[in-house]
Amino acid sequence: MTLNRRAFIGASVAAGATLSAPMVMGASHGKPRVVVVGGGAGGATAARYIAKDSKGEIDVVLIEPTRTYYTCFFSNLYIGGFRDLSSIAHSYGTLASEYGINVVHDWAIGIDRDAKTVSLAGGGSVPYDRLILSPGIDFVDGAVPGWSTLAQNKMPHAYKAGSQSELLKAQIEAMPQGGTYVMVAPPNPYRCPPGPYERISMVAHKLKAENPTAKIIIADPKEKFSKQGLFEEGWNTHYAGMIERIGPDFGGANVEVNPDEMTVNLDGEVIKADVVNVIPAMKAGRICELADITEGNWAPVSGHTMQSRVDENIHVLGDATSQGDMPKSGFSANSQAKVAAMAVRGALTGSRVFPAKFSNTCWSLIDTDDGVKVGATYEATDEKIAKVDGFISQTGEDAAMRKTTYEESVGWYEGITADMFG
Amino acid sequence: MKRILGTLILIGAAYASPGWAEEQAEEIGDATRGAQVYKKCSGCHQVGANAVNRTGPHLNGIYGRKPASVEGFFYSKGLERAAADGLEWDLEHLDAYLENPKALVSGTRMSFRGLKDPQDRHDVLAYLRQFSANPQDIPESAPTMVAREVELPPEILAIVGDPAYGEYLSSECQTCHQKDGSDKGIPSITRWPEEDFVIAMHAYKRKIRPHPVMQMMAGRLSDEEIAALAAYFKELE
Repeated sequence: MTLNRRAFIGASVAAGATLSAPMVMGASHGKPRVVVVGGGAGGATAARYIAKDSKGEIDVVLIEPTRTYYTCFFSNLYIGGFRDLSSIAHSYGTLASEYGINVVHDWAIGIDRDAKTVSLAGGGSVPYDRLILSPGIDFVDGAVPGWSTLAQNKMPHAYKAGSQSELLKAQIEAMPQGGTYVMVAPPNPYRCPPGPYERISMVAHKLKAENPTAKIIIADPKEKFSKQGLFEEGWNTHYAGMIERIGPDFGGANVEVNPDEMTVNLDGEVIKADVVNVIPAMKAGRICELADITEGNWAPVSGHTMQSRVDENIHVLGDATSQGDMPKSGFSANSQAKVAAMAVRGALTGSRVFPAKFSNTCWSLIDTDDGVKVGATYEATDEKIAKVDGFISQTGEDAAMRKTTYEESVGWYEGITADMFG
Repeated sequence: MKRILGTLILIGAAYASPGWAEEQAEEIGDATRGAQVYKKCSGCHQVGANAVNRTGPHLNGIYGRKPASVEGFFYSKGLERAAADGLEWDLEHLDAYLENPKALVSGTRMSFRGLKDPQDRHDVLAYLRQFSANPQDIPESAPTMVAREVELPPEILAIVGDPAYGEYLSSECQTCHQKDGSDKGIPSITRWPEEDFVIAMHAYKRKIRPHPVMQMMAGRLSDEEIAALAAYFKELE
């Protein structure tokens, strides 16, 4: 295996070569089968595009444990009171009924890369001709001393949307007047770079209305963060005096928590808190480790096709990858899914293949009608996915522009969820 | 609004009399000023002699017209549904539509925020009034010219787009712009005439149109890629 792996990594043009391969027929069935693990922005999009564009020539199986998918994007807006939870909930019904995708609600617990099968927690296994892994993130064990999955009810991460988002929101609502909310922010790289800071904005928005003497403390291991100028300007404008960020210079990276005492030890200073939102360091969803396609915490991929650099029969999408310049975001995963879908169809059915193009835009809401955005376009080089061009909202923009940006984000949400779930 | 409601009663009463349209226009608002306000509409809608459908349908004879009824124009399901439910383009409903299109017809593909100032609406409705009723009331003017945002060399406009390539490229558009033409915060680009699509994209590419996301997206598209996208979106069902 080591030999294969080196050989594959060495041959950076191998990805391109596979694209012109003749049609591959599945060994044990009539037509080629693609198995997709993970039904989020990467996986659902890839499954839908392959099913839609192959017009029945490819058998698509989507393995996703949850029956209702809550998007991480806009889950902060739920916490801030701008969205209902139901408005960020999606089912897989249309993918099954209109696109003929075999949606299997189960956990993928192992991958046999030689036999090309995925084993399921519920028993049995599914053979594939191509496998697409889009498992999102898991947390690094021991990243925040004192915190573990067992503590996530006392100190929620709310970084996988759904019950955790509900829990965090309920805890914020239960804070005593003048209470303290502490966020332990994650180190790079992590899902949704502006996410923790949009979270802070939404928590501040909520507390300003319900609990205006409450305090917000961010323990941050990073020197800088995404859209920092925009967030800090917005926090000064809307939430003056509420938010204190402690960066690494002042010990923001030296944090230990005690869930039983509800305390945070921040570089020796013990803070008693009412809500502690711990967002630990992240790694690729565990199935990537089980497939043995990770290097460090992430799964390296070729930007031309999103193929794993370790196994050319596996494509990896979204947050779980290391690919170069793209941020880990739902938009990125959706963009990468389309490149992978095209490459997979090309390899399995000989359909036309075009050069990979990627893009990303991340909108964040700071306060009512105060939206900002950052985005970029990317191209595939042999080494990585490389940034071509980008933009960011400017500080000092007028209210009308910010309102339009927010409205645009609402339109984007409708667009991307339709693009994912049909 | 009182004045407008008053004129409503008159509509239909003296439909056929010569010069009627001008008189009615006067009672609705200032048609001359309305011609200026109409510049907000003329990017998509033509009106006047030989007006044709562009991004939006032509507006000759809009008064009394059934919504979603201009032949050859691909309407939103929302507007078709509103027509089936009995909506008619009389003065009152045109006024409401112009004030906030999506409030009157929730699924409309008309990506326009609306005219909040009642005087603007009355004046533009007075202007449009002249192009309704009897054909002889339509002034002998050229159709409203769509201001060209960029002058493109004919060879760029002549590129025949490859719709299959456009389909792949369009997947990037569809993260935001919905394929079925529904829009909410982000405009529909479904079924635009090819030339309008090409001109709009080149206007973004040259940073004449202001939107940063679109400037970036269009900025890296080649002339052929823009043509491919235009060819694909023109034919979308």
